[in-house]
Amino acid sequence: MRRARTWLPGLLLVAPSIVAIGVFVYGMLGWNFRLAMTDKHDEVSEGKFVGLDNFVSIWDQPRWHISVNHAIMFTVVFVLGALVLGWFLAFLMEKGIRGEGTFRAIYLFPMAVSFVATGIVWRWLMNSGMEERAVGLNRLFDAIGLPQWQWFRDPDWGMAAMALPAIWQMSGYVMALFLAGFRGVPEELREAARVDGCGEWGVYRHVVLPLLRPVTLSALIILGHISLKVFDLIVAVSGKQIITDVPAVFMWVAVFDSHDPAKGATIASYIVLSVAVFVIPYLVWSVRKERRS
Amino acid sequence: MTAVAARGRVSTGARLVILLAFVVVFLIPVYVLLVTSFKPLTEADPGQAWNLPVTWTTEAWRVAWEKLAPGLWNSVLLAVPGSLLSCALGSMNGYVLSKWRFPGADVLFTLFLFGMFIPYQGVMIPLVQLLVGLNELTGLQGVFYGGIPGLVLAHVVYGIPICTLIFRNYYVTIPDELIEASRVDGAGMLRTYRSVVLPVSAPAIAVVVIWQFTSLWNDFLFAVFLTGPQSWPATVMLNNIAGAQATPYSQQMAAAILSSIPTMLIYVLLGRFFMRGLMAGALKG
Repeated sequence: MRRARTWLPGLLLVAPSIVAIGVFVYGMLGWNFRLAMTDKHDEVSEGKFVGLDNFVSIWDQPRWHISVNHAIMFTVVFVLGALVLGWFLAFLMEKGIRGEGTFRAIYLFPMAVSFVATGIVWRWLMNSGMEERAVGLNRLFDAIGLPQWQWFRDPDWGMAAMALPAIWQMSGYVMALFLAGFRGVPEELREAARVDGCGEWGVYRHVVLPLLRPVTLSALIILGHISLKVFDLIVAVSGKQIITDVPAVFMWVAVFDSHDPAKGATIASYIVLSVAVFVIPYLVWSVRKERRS
Repeated sequence: MTAVAARGRVSTGARLVILLAFVVVFLIPVYVLLVTSFKPLTEADPGQAWNLPVTWTTEAWRVAWEKLAPGLWNSVLLAVPGSLLSCALGSMNGYVLSKWRFPGADVLFTLFLFGMFIPYQGVMIPLVQLLVGLNELTGLQGVFYGGIPGLVLAHVVYGIPICTLIFRNYYVTIPDELIEASRVDGAGMLRTYRSVVLPVSAPAIAVVVIWQFTSLWNDFLFAVFLTGPQSWPATVMLNNIAGAQATPYSQQMAAAILSSIPTMLIYVLLGRFFMRGLMAGALKG
């Protein structure tokens, strides 16, 4: 009883947040999932329970296949691109370089700008006009003798181009993460490996890289979950065209244009599931790790 | 020895060159934004796309400001109260979860953390329904759904996880003895918070307010689903301005810059805290 008196006030102080998270996160995820299992395909009908029918039947829609394929291509290019570029920039800077603060500030500033503002410039840069109608990168490429591209309008590789602004925006963040990771490697460890006869590359491969694994994992998780729900950037660059459709845009269209709540909820559930399958194991793993240390 | 030193110097030079090349690449969009925004309509043809303006004009800026001003004001009304409320909640939660723990606090914290990662699409339709319901229940049309208060509510609630995380990780570094000493002196939970914890919270408060202000200012998804023409924040208005075929590039670019000025200012002036927020949010994007 005396113990309860010591912790009860704390619980009371957090109670509003517990209720809010319970209702707005878990309650609404459940509510959304429940809605996805009904046939409420317009705004007035009651919605009968139909089990997982919507989750199956959405695969009959060509647009769903398109948006899923787009999301996969975008995710692969964006995650790998931002990871490699971020790592590379950090690698170049890890031993300290003159003007490091300025470099970091420049690589990181896109993080402070909204995807909508970014999207406007990149839509101009990636304009698909060619020859005398070319603006943006095509005009620049033409001037220096590089081929011109369809960019995000390319039927096959459009989503790879769409990943470029996202890489531009997020690789500075990855750089900052890796730079912190590099600097966290104790100098004694490197020195010990050198004494054991490792060359600089050996030190890097056998000492530094293994210690960067946790940072790499965090970066992967962050980039991955941003990528699977990408919305702002796509809308700002190309609107709701099918040629750059992704699940998040498809869901928006289902809710506001098709007025089909059950379909919107189904797509939303798939987005949540695609993120949850890797985020939940990661969270459980990192909380356990923290408790052990 | 000299050979090693020479090689070291060469590679430093090479690194510098590569880093500078990337600086140029990173700044290309900035060049485009600035140059295009100062061009008069007469210089809008594609042939001059990359040129500096022949005649510099602020005409596009003036028009963009007129179109965007209501959205900018809405964003202020959204981001200022939103980030302060988030900060207050995060601070209390972080304090309890680090210094006044109750049974199950770890499990609860993990459950909070998941809230940070959920794609907001997964709660959006129920959230719209709830806010519409609140409008009807209170008889206040356009306040919860379609209004800024509803948008603030959403951001504050979904900001709880990240704000709690930042404050908790900061408060963990306060020595337990300080809290104990205050307890021995007979101070309760709230008195200890006021007299011991709050006075040293300034850095964490700065990190959280900056983080939340930037997130709220830059948000598009919640705004698109929850607000109407009267309450559109700058991001939505910007997207509408730029999405209209008739808007010249110069105005689009000027509007994009205008909408980014507040967060860029914060980044330039308070970059240190911005960085810390990013690293604290290494769990979040």
